[in-house]
Amino acid sequence: MVNQNLHIEEPKPTLSMHPKKFAMWLFIVSIVMLFAALTSAYIVKQADGNWLSFDLPGIFAINTVVIAISSLTMHLAYLAAKKDALGKVKLMLLITVVLGLLFLAGQYISWSELVKNNVYFVSNYASGSFIYVFTGLHGLHLVSGIIFLLITFRSSLLSEIHSKKLVQIEMCMTYWHFLGGLWLYLYLFLLFNL
Amino acid sequence: MSSIAVNEHTDQHVEDHAHEHHDNFITKYIFSQDHKTIAKQYLISGIIWALIGGFLSLIFRIQLGFPEAQLEWLRPLMGKWITSSGKLDPEFFLALVTMHGTIMVFFVLTAGLSGTFSNFLIPLQIGARDMASGFMNMLSYWFFFVSSIIMFVSLFIETGPASGGWVIYPPLSALPQAMSGSGLGMTLWLVAMALFIVSTLLGGINYITTIINLRTKGMSFLKMPLTIWSFFLTAIIGLLSFPVLLGAALLLIFDRSFGTSFYLSDIYIAGEALPNMGGSPILFQHLFWFLGHPEVYIVLLPSLGITSEIISTNSRKPIFGYKAMILSMLGITVLSFVVWAHHMFVSGMNPFLGSIFMLLTLIIAVPSSIKVFNYLTTLWKGNIIFTPAMLFSIGLVSFFISGGLTGLHMGNSAIDIQLHDTYFIVAHFHLVMGAAAFFGLLAGVYHWFPKMFGRMMDNKLGYIHFWITFVGVYMIFFPMHYIGIAGFPRRYYSFTNFDAFSTFVDLNAFVSIAAFLTFAAQFLFLFNFFYSIFKGKKAPANPWKANTLEWTTPRIPQHGNWPGEIPSVHRWPYDFSKPGAKEDFIPQNVPLSETPESNLPFEAKIVAEEKKAIKS
Repeated sequence: MVNQNLHIEEPKPTLSMHPKKFAMWLFIVSIVMLFAALTSAYIVKQADGNWLSFDLPGIFAINTVVIAISSLTMHLAYLAAKKDALGKVKLMLLITVVLGLLFLAGQYISWSELVKNNVYFVSNYASGSFIYVFTGLHGLHLVSGIIFLLITFRSSLLSEIHSKKLVQIEMCMTYWHFLGGLWLYLYLFLLFNL
Repeated sequence: MSSIAVNEHTDQHVEDHAHEHHDNFITKYIFSQDHKTIAKQYLISGIIWALIGGFLSLIFRIQLGFPEAQLEWLRPLMGKWITSSGKLDPEFFLALVTMHGTIMVFFVLTAGLSGTFSNFLIPLQIGARDMASGFMNMLSYWFFFVSSIIMFVSLFIETGPASGGWVIYPPLSALPQAMSGSGLGMTLWLVAMALFIVSTLLGGINYITTIINLRTKGMSFLKMPLTIWSFFLTAIIGLLSFPVLLGAALLLIFDRSFGTSFYLSDIYIAGEALPNMGGSPILFQHLFWFLGHPEVYIVLLPSLGITSEIISTNSRKPIFGYKAMILSMLGITVLSFVVWAHHMFVSGMNPFLGSIFMLLTLIIAVPSSIKVFNYLTTLWKGNIIFTPAMLFSIGLVSFFISGGLTGLHMGNSAIDIQLHDTYFIVAHFHLVMGAAAFFGLLAGVYHWFPKMFGRMMDNKLGYIHFWITFVGVYMIFFPMHYIGIAGFPRRYYSFTNFDAFSTFVDLNAFVSIAAFLTFAAQFLFLFNFFYSIFKGKKAPANPWKANTLEWTTPRIPQHGNWPGEIPSVHRWPYDFSKPGAKEDFIPQNVPLSETPESNLPFEAKIVAEEKKAIKS
């Protein structure tokens, strides 16, 4: 009921969500724009001709599975935090970090696979250079994701993550899922546009 | 410091404001997280950059206006860039043009304008204690600062700063062999811009988050001042377009330093072929202008918002067409992303594509004209108070009209063939986005100076500053239209080499003299600004009798902005000269129930209904 002591027309509270989570979404928007720009550049360049077609490194498929599983473990960590299963939170976060590192290692192997197939970063064919730019830039963002995971892991060690305090792990989860989704987009994009 | 309650309407504790603040000099004035201090830091940095950028333009105006002049006297300052015959070095002329553009567009009219007023006004006008993240806000300024230092240092290196124009088209900018400015100078330019983009994104994310999530009670989107709307849309444009520039710059860096061929193909230098094949310089233009065009509106929209506020306040009339203003700004925001290729009509683009971009470009005239119409109708029959801020706002409207009209010519892909890259386009964008945005910036400084520093600026000096600048800007840029229509290209070191253009010697000399005078007049402003910070008349809390929330704060708002509770908002910000009201303004925090004498029928109904709801 309206409080009599207040002004007669009680102004409505404004729509709002958690500012930090919101800022995280905006940050994701800026990354989306960066990759949207680069992938459109890829298409424009492809229409220009002088294009080299080659097979994508086979390990990309394995990496995709790895990062998909890491998304799953990340989600399990979040669900565990919601249920206050703190031991499981730590374990799942750690597994996610390890899977993230595995993914990075896999991406590195994919580069040597590319080199073996005579696809170089420095070449006269932009198709090859673009793959290195996509994977490299995605990898760089993934490193930032792993750092975020480690920070979250540290908070979980300090018992700062539990069912009443989920913001950090939620933001970490959002970012990690996004990075996984971004890789899936890049992989499918390359698969259909090479 | 009083302890400050966290905004009740955010369910989680955002920032722990509740602790005591013990500020020492460093946390208060240097690494400050207070939005008002950061705004002032941006303002001062912007002023310094504006002086540097303006000064660079004076040097090349000497060359253009007086090609025979002996410049030996500049040697102490410019060293080897004055040739042995006492002339300006032609390569350095290009560097001057490039750096003037870069500095003015990015460092003054993006960082200096958005950085100052978004930071200062967003929390104050929406009723928030501070930005969503004070730390990110501080980080944003210091990224900008480091970027500034790098850009500044690049002015003094031996090979000279970047010289390929502010648009840095490859292959000119990609090959150090092409010109000396494309060496270290270009590298520093790219590094500085990358940091600048980070700064802009940090700032923009913060502005959007704050506006959406930290509004005070009652501040619905349709009760927000138009300034806030303009900052909001500006930040959205920046968030969507700056990452694209980052992508473009990244590929350019790879081409420059790693040997890839994204933008390079079939290039011969001194008869020798470069190894790069298969790249496309047009690709860079597409990516660049996808930022470059929205950037124009990043520069202009905040000024338009500031003008709406000032014109309404000083006409003592509600802004005409509040919703139309919002919709036209939204329209401009959307359209700004689909017109980029009008910068590339003559770059070999498919003419059919050109005609589509022409159509979209000309559609921007519609929201722009709506805005102009609304400014004029707000002024119409108002009780106009000519403060310096008001004069600069009206000046902005004038430039927006005269510069906008030539936009119709430039936007036409057929006429553009003649006008492209001539002084006509220089005149066009200097009026419509350069001078107009600058006038918005100056208007904002004159208008919000009392809230920033608690003192008033001198009106008389303000008037003199306005009239010299206003007349001066027209004297500089109007003649340029003629030079441009005659076909004289921009960025040429010397036009006296071409017989066809020798008739323009007088006109160019005139333009240069006007530029010197206009630049000199800015020192009146500088004196007024710095003198008033310390010695100005003390300002009342609400000197302009304005309605928005920032004027409900104390004379100098402290950390947290309002000493007590944050005021709630009960009405839109433009209740000026409401019939029946006791005074000619009703601030946003005055409830409708306190003003029965001026309530409109539908407002009276709301009050009655709510009274009933309370009784039942």
